[in-house]
Formats: sequence, structure tokens, C-alpha cells
Amino acid sequence: MELFLFGLFALGAAGGALAVVFSQNVVRMAFYLVISLGCTAGLFFMLGADFVGATQLLIYVGGTVVLLIFGVMLTATGPYLSIRTSSGDLIQAVVVGGAFLAMLILTVMQVDWSGYSAKLAAAHGASSMERAGYTDPADGNTSRSLGLALLGTRPDQDLGSERAGELSTGYLLPFEIVSVHLLVVLVGAAYLARAKRKLTRVET
Amino acid sequence: MTPAVVGTTISEYLQQADWGPLPLDAQWAVAVAAIIHIALLGAFFGLPAFVFIWAERKVSDRIQDRLGPTRVGGKFGWLQSLADGIKLIQKEDLAPEAADKMLFRVAPYIVVIASFAAFLVLPFSDGWTALALDAGLFIALALLSLEVLGIILAGYSSGSKWSLFGGMREAAQMVSYEIPLGLTAVIPVTIAGSMNLGEIGALQRGWFVNWFVFRDPFTFLAFFVFFTVTLASNKRAPFDLAEAESELVGGFHTEYSGMRWSFFFLAEYASMWFVSALAVILFLGGWWTGLGSLDAAIANNIHGFAAQLLGFVVLTTKAGILVCVQIWIRWTLPRLRIDQVMMTCLKYLVPISCALFLGAVIWSLVLPGRVFFGTQPGLGERAVFVVAQGDATDSSGLAVAPSADATRVATVVAESEGVQ
Repeated sequence: MELFLFGLFALGAAGGALAVVFSQNVVRMAFYLVISLGCTAGLFFMLGADFVGATQLLIYVGGTVVLLIFGVMLTATGPYLSIRTSSGDLIQAVVVGGAFLAMLILTVMQVDWSGYSAKLAAAHGASSMERAGYTDPADGNTSRSLGLALLGTRPDQDLGSERAGELSTGYLLPFEIVSVHLLVVLVGAAYLARAKRKLTRVET
Repeated sequence: MTPAVVGTTISEYLQQADWGPLPLDAQWAVAVAAIIHIALLGAFFGLPAFVFIWAERKVSDRIQDRLGPTRVGGKFGWLQSLADGIKLIQKEDLAPEAADKMLFRVAPYIVVIASFAAFLVLPFSDGWTALALDAGLFIALALLSLEVLGIILAGYSSGSKWSLFGGMREAAQMVSYEIPLGLTAVIPVTIAGSMNLGEIGALQRGWFVNWFVFRDPFTFLAFFVFFTVTLASNKRAPFDLAEAESELVGGFHTEYSGMRWSFFFLAEYASMWFVSALAVILFLGGWWTGLGSLDAAIANNIHGFAAQLLGFVVLTTKAGILVCVQIWIRWTLPRLRIDQVMMTCLKYLVPISCALFLGAVIWSLVLPGRVFFGTQPGLGERAVFVVAQGDATDSSGLAVAPSADATRVATVVAESEGVQ
């Protein structure tokens, strides 16, 4: 059953992405993008990463795509609505995409998956989540450990580890950098979008 | 209520009972129980629309000094929704010539699916939830934000100016109102220390002064901001700019007919009920009656299934009252203009909710426990910092857990002591 659902979501994600490439209407592309991104969120849920899945839904499907369609609705009329790719663009896209795909496949092939999971099991026991007090990874209760990791502590790694005195570092600094970055972007956007006030020149 | 049902889950009952084809194998019992639960969820999704569309008509009629539906189903016309539903099924499924047919047909389903999926994480009573996840509230908000997508697509693909305007208004409105919605929903989360809706609800047991709305002045105001924002996120008047029947004919659903049209309203009334239930769980004590002695009496005398059913009735009643307030507001307030809607959100609600969030957090830091009614059971030991102290070379563990997770904390403590 789980395998079937996983396959269904994977098919949806891949099929949606292909449909984005092959369709020529901008709004339909956005709709296929929704299917693809939504199925990716479904894959996250299937793998027990509920927080990442919900984020995917909220940010990409509920936020980005909505803004995208909003932009299209404001601008797309007649000639801009359907996009036909010229053959030059097509060749470029195929070359770049093909190269990226080849790189991805090579990378995936080179990872020794079974050896890696054996190493993980040797380092953390059967499941690292189990040692941090979570009983079943399929519960998908990841938000607490994610939040702690963003605050700079990693109880899931430190508790029960043999390395006394060493603490794993969390992600406090990247988290702060990203939030300050977003604040800068917000201020900048507000500045750019602000109505320009006319400078009145007083002739004397 | 047969004794066999009390205290067992449905799948356990199917494996134990002894009549007809029962008992079932474990696998089949789980499958049948899952189907029963799915059917129940579907019923909870459909019933609010059934009841509240009728309620909306009756309330609006009384407010406007009319009678409203009186014939179908007896005295109060309470079967009017069923008659409407049968009528809508019979209608022809039309699509305009200028429409993008595929998107036009798909859009209502997106709205319904998003609205229905949100019910997955809603706890209907103590422990009665389809998915008890730590990120429950977050997932609920994420799923609710998908609803707007279907409405925008409907507005765009109809090939009509009215629909396009409705869709654009809805998009602008929803994208802005999600900010105060998220900010005010986070306030109870900071108090409870958990995004799990079940845990948030469980923390508010006892007398009604334990409800988060009465915790401090900031949460009290936050509830009203939250309620206002949910009105807007459901496109309810005075924020129903997406439909605005007096200026945009019907807004995004101008071109729809029959069942596809009714899907939009099914989803709207279901999510009206959903956000009301969410407000009840976050601020108004969830499935607790608010009378401590009554709750204690219930807990002492009624167990298992029946107690949870009572909790469900309480939650449904509270949410139903909130829905009635929504209806009342709709029929007594005039519609805002679109620029006024945007101004209300961006100039007032966003700063207010930011200030409320900051205030609530600072209040919790400065005054742990409540000023007016003493400490609240369960919240005192909410943040448990387990720091294994000792030699400088010790590893220190840090865990924040609500009291509901006492066993989990105990595990963590035991492990960190085992290290030393």
C-alpha cells in the first residue's frame, strides 16, 4: 500500500514536471507545477518528514505558485499567454538539462547506499530518532528536533553518543543569516514598491 | 451505547465481537476501521455545509425580518439544503465557450480537496484525530492556503471579466491575510510549547479561566484578530470581495453551474466550520466544557468512547456558535471596498498582530504563570530543560517538551544520565 502511494506520488511529481515542460499555456504550466510540487510534498509526508512536507505546501504551492498565477493574470494577454520555444532554446535546454541529469545519475550511482546505512546503524543504533526518544520514524514528528537544531542544539545526535564533551553544532548561524537576509529583501522590496513622492521645487 | 464499544477502538471491536462475519482478521479489521473513519471524516466535511447553509438562510431571514425556508422537511424548513442539493445535482454541467475547459473543470476539486484535507489534522475530541502530528497546526494552515489556488484558477479559467476580477481580488486578499493569520495562530503555540493541536487543546482543561483566550490581555486580543482574519480567509462578508454579488455578479463562480458551483460552497462552509473549530482549539478550550467540576464529573463517571463523544459534542457546539457569529456578522455589516480590505490587513492587522505576538511572548517571559488566576496546571512544567550537569567534559542534553510528553522527557533524561 505504502509502495503504491509512493509510486503514485512519484509518478505525479515526475509527470507534472514533464507536463510543465511540454505544455505551452502559461497558466496550465502553473497548474502542472502545482501537481508536481504537491506530489513532492506527498513524498515528504510518505517519508515521515511532515514539517518539510507542510513547508513545501505552504511556501511553494500556497505561496510561490499563487503569486506566479497572480502575476500571469495581471500581465498575460494574447501573445504572451502561450509560449513556444524556438529550436535554439530547445537545444540549449536539452543540453543543460541532460548534463544536469547525467551528473545527478552519476552522483546517485556512486553513493554506496547499503554501506552508508550500515555505518549509520553502527553509529546511532538502529535508528537515530529512536535514541532521542522518538519511537517510530513513521510518526513523522520531526518539527521538535528541527526546531532545536535551528536553535543550535542537536539532542538527537548528542544524547546517547559516545563522544563525551563534544557537542554537535546546530544551525543557529545559518538560520539567523537567512532571517536577516529575508528582512533585507523585505525592506528593499518595500522601498522599491513605495509610491514615488513628487519633489516640489519652489521657484523663488 | 453497548459496553463493547466503550473503551475499545473500532478495529479492536471488529476483532473481538462475535456476530455475523465478525471477528475479522487484524488486517481486515484495520482496513474496515479505516474505511469507517474516512466515511466519518467525509460526513463531518459535508454536514457543516448541510446545516450551516440552512442556518445562514434562516439567520439572514430573521435579521431581515423575513421567514426564509419554511416548507421542506417540516416546520423550520430544515431539509432545505437537501432539496437544494438534489436540485444542483440535476442541473446541467456547463462550461463557457471562452473558458480553458480543463482548468475550469479541475478548479472546484482543488478547493474541495484542500478544504477536506485540512480536516485530517483537526482533533475532534481528546485523541480523536486522524493524524496526530507535531506539526498539526502548521499543516492545517498550509492546507488552508491551498484553497485560494483553486479559486484563482476558477477565476482565471472562466474566460469572463467578472471571474477574473474575483480571482485577482481573492489572490491579493489571501496572500496578505495569511500573515496576520499565521502570527496570531503562533501565539497559542508559544504558550503551549507545541504545534500539536491535540496537546494545545489538552492543556486548556479545567475551568474556563484556563482557556488561552483568558490567559493574558494579548491572547485575549489575539483571539479577536484571529477571528477577523479567518473571516477574511474564508471570503466571508465584510471581506467577500471575491464574490461581491452586487458588483461582480458572482465573482469567481459566475460561470459555474450545478455540482461544480456547489463544490465551492461545500468547501466554503466546511472551512468556515474548520477555522471556527481551530479557533476553539487554539483559544477557547477545545473540547473541555470550561466548567472544571463538570469536566471532573465527566472524567470520573464516563470513560472511553462516550467521554470522547461528549468532548466532540462540546467542540462542535462551540464551533457552531462561532459559525453563527460569522453568519451574524455577514448579514449586519456592509462590504468593504478592495482598497479598504487591503488597508485593514496591511496597515492595521499586520502591525497589531506583530505587537500582540511580541507582547504575548514578553508577557510569558516576564510573568510565567498567570497574574489573575494563579498558575495553570500543566503549563508550569511545560519547558523542561534537561541539562546533564557534572564534570566539564560531560555532554549536556537539552530537551524542550510539553508535560504531555512526560514519558519522552523521561527517556531523554534516562539516556543523558546513562552517558555519564
